[in-house]
Amino acid sequence: MKRSEYGEPMDELLQEFIAETRETLEALSGEIVAWEANPTDRARLDAIFRFVHTVKGSCGFLDLPRLARLSHAAEDVLAAVRDGKRAPDTQLVNAVLAIVDRIGEIVEAIDAGHALDDSAEDLLIAALAEDAAPAIAAGGSGNLRAPTRSVRLNVELLDRMMSGMSDMVLARNELARRMREGDADPRTEAALERLSATVAEMRDTVTRTRMQKIEALFSALPRMVRDTAASLGKAVQLQIEGADVELDREMIEMMRDPLVHIIRNAIDHGVEAPAVRREAGKRETGRLRVSARQSGNRIMIEVADDGAGIDVGRVVAKAAKVGLHDVQTLAAMPEAAKLDLIFAPGLSSRDVASDISGRGVGMDVVRANVEQIGGRVSLDNRPGRGLTVVMEVPLTLSILSTIVVGAGGERYALPRQTVEEIVTVRGDAVRVDLLGDTPVVTVRGVRLPLVDLAGLLDLRSSLFFDLNTMIIVATRDGAFALAVDEVIDTEELVVKPAAPAIMATGLYAGQTLPDSGRPMLLLDGAGVAAYAGLRFGSYEVAEEQQAEQRQGAAALLFQDLDGRRRAIALACVDRVETVSADAISHTAGRLRLAVEERLLPLHANAPVAEGREATVLRLTDGAIEVGYAIAEPIDIVELPAELAPALDPRFMGVAVIGDEQVEVVDPITLFVHEPDAVASAPLCLLQPDEGGWMETFLRGTLEAAGYRCVTRLAPGEQAAVALTLDAAPVPAVPTVHLSRDRAGADGVGTVYRYDRDALLAAVSARIQSKRAA
Amino acid sequence: MTELFLIAHVAGRGVAIPADRVDSVVDIGEIVKVPRADPAVRGLAALRSRVVTVVDTGLALGLAPLGKTARAVITRVDGHYYAVLVDSLEDVASFERRPIAFGAALGEGWRAAATGLVERDGEPLLVIDPAALVPAPLAQAA
Repeated sequence: MKRSEYGEPMDELLQEFIAETRETLEALSGEIVAWEANPTDRARLDAIFRFVHTVKGSCGFLDLPRLARLSHAAEDVLAAVRDGKRAPDTQLVNAVLAIVDRIGEIVEAIDAGHALDDSAEDLLIAALAEDAAPAIAAGGSGNLRAPTRSVRLNVELLDRMMSGMSDMVLARNELARRMREGDADPRTEAALERLSATVAEMRDTVTRTRMQKIEALFSALPRMVRDTAASLGKAVQLQIEGADVELDREMIEMMRDPLVHIIRNAIDHGVEAPAVRREAGKRETGRLRVSARQSGNRIMIEVADDGAGIDVGRVVAKAAKVGLHDVQTLAAMPEAAKLDLIFAPGLSSRDVASDISGRGVGMDVVRANVEQIGGRVSLDNRPGRGLTVVMEVPLTLSILSTIVVGAGGERYALPRQTVEEIVTVRGDAVRVDLLGDTPVVTVRGVRLPLVDLAGLLDLRSSLFFDLNTMIIVATRDGAFALAVDEVIDTEELVVKPAAPAIMATGLYAGQTLPDSGRPMLLLDGAGVAAYAGLRFGSYEVAEEQQAEQRQGAAALLFQDLDGRRRAIALACVDRVETVSADAISHTAGRLRLAVEERLLPLHANAPVAEGREATVLRLTDGAIEVGYAIAEPIDIVELPAELAPALDPRFMGVAVIGDEQVEVVDPITLFVHEPDAVASAPLCLLQPDEGGWMETFLRGTLEAAGYRCVTRLAPGEQAAVALTLDAAPVPAVPTVHLSRDRAGADGVGTVYRYDRDALLAAVSARIQSKRAA
Repeated sequence: MTELFLIAHVAGRGVAIPADRVDSVVDIGEIVKVPRADPAVRGLAALRSRVVTVVDTGLALGLAPLGKTARAVITRVDGHYYAVLVDSLEDVASFERRPIAFGAALGEGWRAAATGLVERDGEPLLVIDPAALVPAPLAQAA
C-alpha cells in the first residue's frame, strides 16, 4: 500500500526509532517466550503492553500508519487483558506475538528501505478478535536486517577522543613554534599547514560527535501536549520551531525534565479553560510555542503560551501565607523580585496541586537543574496575555564561552554568562568614591561595589592602581564591578574541575588549558564577591526607595466574599489562613471561627460556602483577635494618601487602585463590638439540679456559644443570667427557666430544655434586657 | 615480599615512594600560581593536554619550601593529577617494607606521610605515600 511510508530518505528521528525498537525487541524476546509459557504472568504482560504502547506513540508523529494500526490493535487487546475483560488464552497470546513479530519485520524493512507486502496484516489484526479462528503463522519474510547506520557510544569514550584531540592541537602548536624558531624548509611548512587544516577539521568533527539535533528533545512534545491538554479539558495548539538546532547530547538529557515541567505548567496553569478564554476574548484553543535558537555559543529554549500569565499578587499572597517572607518584606520587593518568588522552594502559583504539574519537580528544581549546567532561566510575564519562559544554556557541557582578563600579570577566565558589561573608565560616565576604605563605583547612576582582582588575589601590594577597565559581574545576589588590568580575549574553553584544595578557596570554578598551553583558572563570580566580603542586602535598596515614595500605608488588597475588591491596613493583618468551613459557625448570635481550641469572632460579608475551605484574615489590634473571611488575597498595595470619604461607617474610605474602586475596610469597626477578652464573656449561673443535667447537657452548648458557666458564684462575681430547672426564680439575676416538657414553655422566660435554639435565644434576650435596664 | 620503590630526595633526605602510586616521573615546565590556595599548592602546570596541580613537598611536610626543582612524581588522587615535587630521583629498586617499630618521634608532616620504612644498604628510608602529601581542602575559604 504505502510505499512512501518507508521509501523516503530516512531522517535521524526515524533512525532513532528503529534503533530503539530493535533494542526493545531484543530485550523483549525473553519476555515473549515467558509470556507464551505462562499467559497469566502480569509482569510479562506489562512489558509487552509497554512495548506496543511505545511503538504506537512513536508512530503517531513519525507518520507510520501501518505500524500504528498494528500496535494500536495489539494495545487494545492487551489493555482488555489487563483490565480483566479478556482472558489471555493461547489463541490471544499467539495473535499478539504474531503482531509483535510483524512489527519487527516492518521495522527491518523500513531500515533496509524496501517494501514489505502488507496483505497479511488484516488477518493478523482479525486474529486478535475474541471469536477469531486460530491465526495463520506470520509471514516469514523477516531477517532482512540491514547494517546499522548509527551506533551508540559511551560518553567516556567521546571524552577521551576530545582530550586526545586537545593533545594533538597542543602538539601541533609546539611544532609550529619550533619551526618558527629555525629556518624551516618550505615543503615542511606546507606539510605542517596541511596537518593544521586536518587537525582543525578533526577537532570540529569530534566536537560534533557529541552534538545532536534538539529534535530528539522536541519530538515527544506533540503527544505530551495533546495528552496533557486532553486530561485537563483544554485545547492547545503546539508550534515547534528550531528543531534542527544542535546541542550536546548530554545537555539534551539534562534539559528534558525542566522542559517537560515548564510545558506542563504552561498547559495546566497558564492556558485557561476554553470557556474562560472565550470570555476573555481569546481563541478557545490556547497556543504554545516551543522554540530553540542558537545565539553565539548559547542555546535559548523558549516556551511561550498565550494563557493567563502569572498573577504576581497571588504569588506574593501565597508567599506570605507559607511564611516565605514576612508581609512587610514582600511589600517592599521590586516587581521582578516578586515574580522571582515562583522559583522559591515549595511555592507553586496554584493552591491546589494538580495531577499534571503538582507532582515531582517545582520551578525551584527547574532553576537548579538549568543553573547546574551553566544556564539561566528567565521569565517574561504578560499578565492576562501569557508567559514566556526562556532557558538559556551553553551549547555543550564541556565547552564554556569565557572572557579572558589580565590582572597582576596573570590571566584568568570569567564565564561569559556572568559578565554583564565591560566598562572602560573614561571621562565622567564612571566615578569612583571611597566609602570609608571601600571603593564604590558609580556607572551611569548605578552604584556598585568595586573589587580589585589583582589586589584580591595578592598579586599587587599597593592599594592604589590605575583603574581603566572594569567588568560588571552579575551574581545571583547582586552585581559588582571587578577591576582588571586588561580584557584580553574571548575564548571557548574546555573547563574541568580543579583539585579540591584549589576549589576550596571558593574563588575558582575550574581550570582549563587554552591553546597557549599555559593552564588558566576560571573565576567564580559569586565566589569572588564572597571573598571580597561583599554583602548584597537583597532588598535594602528597594526598601529605601519605597520608603521615600510611600505616602499612604501598605494594605492588603483582597477579593471579598461578596465579590467586591476591598483593602485593609496591612498593620492589623496578623496572618492569612486557610481554614475548613466546618470551623466556622453561627453561634450565639454571631459568626465564629474555631481556631486552636478558641473561638474568634468572624466577620463575613457573604455566607461562607459550606464544606469548602475558606480563607480568613486574622486581624489583631494587639489585644483582641478577630477573623475576616475573604474569597482570596490579591496583592499588597500602597494606599493613596487621600481616600474618598465613605458614607458607610464600616469603611475608612474608597481608594483607586489600578483602575478600580476599592473600599478600604476600617478595622476599628471590626474590633469595636468585641469584648476585651474571655473574662468578659457573659457569666451563666447554672442552678444545681439533682442529676447534674445542666452540667452534662448545657455547659458545652453555652460555652460553645461564647458564655462562661459556673455552678456557684465566686465572691464579687455577678452572673449575667441564671438558668434553673426549678420554678423558683434566682434572686437579683435575670433567670431562664427550663421546663421538662414542651407544654410548659412560653418561649420567653421559660423554654423547653432540649430546644437548643430557643434556649440560646432566651439567654441572649435576658442578657440584653438586663443591659437595657 | 618485596615491592618496587622509587628512591627520591626530598628536603635533603632520602625517601622511598611505592612505585604503584606513581603514574609517571616528569620535569615540570612553567607553573601558574594559584592565589589564595593552600601554600603547599605551588600552582598549575600543563602536562601534555592535562593540567596538573603542583605540590611543594617541603611545605606539605611542614618544612621549608623546596628549592628550584622541576622534577616531579605524578600521582592520581580522586581523579585529579598532582605533580609532587622532589629534589632529585635516584633509583628504582625492590625492597621489603617494614613497619616503623622502634619508636622514632617523627615530625608531624613526616608522620602523616610515612607508611613504613625500607632499608637500603643499611640506611633506613621512610616510605612516603605521595597521596598523603596532597593538601586537603581547607575547612573554610578564608
